[in-house]
Amino acid sequence: MFRKILLAITALTFVSTLALAEDPIATRKSMMKSVGGAVKTGVGMMKGEMDYDAAKAEELLKTIQETAHNFGNYFPEDSKTGGKTTVAPAIWDDAEGFKAALAKFAGDVDAAVDAKPADLGAFKASFGKVLSNCKACHEKFRVKK
Amino acid sequence: MFRRAILFLCLLGFIGGVIFWILSAPRGLDKSLIAELKQQGAIKSEIIAKGEQIFWASGCSSCHVDKKVLQEAKTSEDEDVIKTAKLTLSGGEAFKTPFGTFYAPNISPSEQGIAHYTLRDFALALTQGVSPKRQHFYPAFPYSSYKGMEAEDITALYYFMKTLPESETPNKPHQVAFPFDLRRGLGLWMQLNFYYTGEVELVKTNPEILRGKYLVENLAHCGECHTPRDALGGLEYSRWMAGGKAFEGAEKVPNISPSETGIAGWSEEDIITGLQTGFTPEFDSFGSSMVSVQENMARLPKEDLAAIAAYLKAIPPQER
Ligand code: HEC
Ligand code: HEC
Ligand code: HEC
Repeated sequence: MFRKILLAITALTFVSTLALAEDPIATRKSMMKSVGGAVKTGVGMMKGEMDYDAAKAEELLKTIQETAHNFGNYFPEDSKTGGKTTVAPAIWDDAEGFKAALAKFAGDVDAAVDAKPADLGAFKASFGKVLSNCKACHEKFRVKK
Repeated sequence: MFRRAILFLCLLGFIGGVIFWILSAPRGLDKSLIAELKQQGAIKSEIIAKGEQIFWASGCSSCHVDKKVLQEAKTSEDEDVIKTAKLTLSGGEAFKTPFGTFYAPNISPSEQGIAHYTLRDFALALTQGVSPKRQHFYPAFPYSSYKGMEAEDITALYYFMKTLPESETPNKPHQVAFPFDLRRGLGLWMQLNFYYTGEVELVKTNPEILRGKYLVENLAHCGECHTPRDALGGLEYSRWMAGGKAFEGAEKVPNISPSETGIAGWSEEDIITGLQTGFTPEFDSFGSSMVSVQENMARLPKEDLAAIAAYLKAIPPQER
């Protein structure tokens, strides 16, 4: 019993150190990259470069949804610089504004996922709203360095 | 007999009255004049519509709107509300530079704005950077680019801007330390950076590329952000579009010349799509100050965007 608890504690500590050791800058950048990839597929379908596929649409919307809900967890105070980050100081200086941008993004993606777009027309409507978030957030909270 | 004579006289009087009425009637407009006025009215609305194109192409609203009001309008997601906000030129945007902080003034057609500007005053400001009182403007106002604007376009822009919403927001004074607070001294800066400047060489030209040159170099002033500056704040024409540095913060403006560190990897179609939608070929999106530029460009006809793309492919490649 005692050994089991000890093992559990060790395992837990190990996992949490792993989480801490995880580089927030690299994580958030790769999350956004996956969003970029998903958007590429979505826009391809919107433009008719590939056929509309409801299953593919759901998959890509869920990829974006995951980032929209978790992205905000990777902005500790000590991640303002380094690792080729392109964050703007406004993320911390206007924390409320950043939170609101994340919430709007998450809300629009949730709505698109819940809409379960069956055809291209329905997809275009909800996905278009999701896309308007990219520029809006990058305008205020991101600068190339 | 007598009655007959009276009747006759009455009739005569009546006819006379009718003739008098007809002869004395105020006349309406001449038919040919009506046609001509209609034509002139159409010309006027054509000029105003052209002025609107020049307005978006030259990005006046990126600097002269109140950012807070615009952000507020954007949350409405209503295109009409957003457009009205972009057309309300009440000023207020701050530009922090090594020489001091400049505030874009109110340029709406109101008392606080530029209602008093004549067309000549307007042209003087855009092409010489000189105020109606004959003082130099600071180059944060990109007249270094606008100096090449064509008379026809200046006129159209002037009349378009007369139709915009009036704002009575008072101007904020610039915060500039000595000696830069002496506007007269700017004349010396202009000797170095305005009257005599480099010329951008083109790898090849055709009418489309030349249209792009005018749009990029004179109206949209892309080089003011994307070209490096020397110690005195003058553009380095020999390093055209090699990438600049924002005056404020650590921001680097990307190299958009056709090189490896620039946008050689973007096709002309990619550039057009980028300006229309704000997405890069990798589906990253434009950020920071490029967003308002892109939103202006998205209001231009596709031929103009194609001309800009053709021009960006025809300038010499630069490494950052
Ligand atoms: C709530 C704010 C927010 C929203 C909404 C948002 N982004 Fe981002 N994005 C960021 C921030 C912040 C970064 C910079 C991260 C860093 O460099 O540390 C970024 C970076 C990126 C990157 C670059 C990743 C890399 O490799 O460095 C891409 C691509 C990207 N975003 C695409 C998108 C797309 C596409 C959308 C819309 C579907 C979107 N973003 C919506 C905040 C946002
Ligand atoms: C990059 C930012 C920027 C852009 C773009 C810009 N301006 Fe300005 N403008 C300024 C600044 C800053 C001043 C103040 C200059 C000074 O006081 O010396 C100014 C001043 C002016 C003035 C003088 C106002 C007065 O009170 O006398 C006029 C007129 C004007 N701008 C018109 C325009 C027009 C028209 C456009 C578009 C074709 C334009 N501006 C684009 C920044 C800008
Ligand atoms: C007010 C300054 C400013 C002006 C004017 C401006 N840009 Fe930009 N541009 C930027 C900034 C800043 C970025 C980086 C955007 C980001 O953070 O994603 C950028 C990015 C770009 C990019 C993407 C480059 C890349 O590698 O991702 C292109 C293409 C571009 N601009 C073209 C233009 C063109 C064409 C014009 C003129 C019509 C123009 N820009 C005018 C500031 C400006």
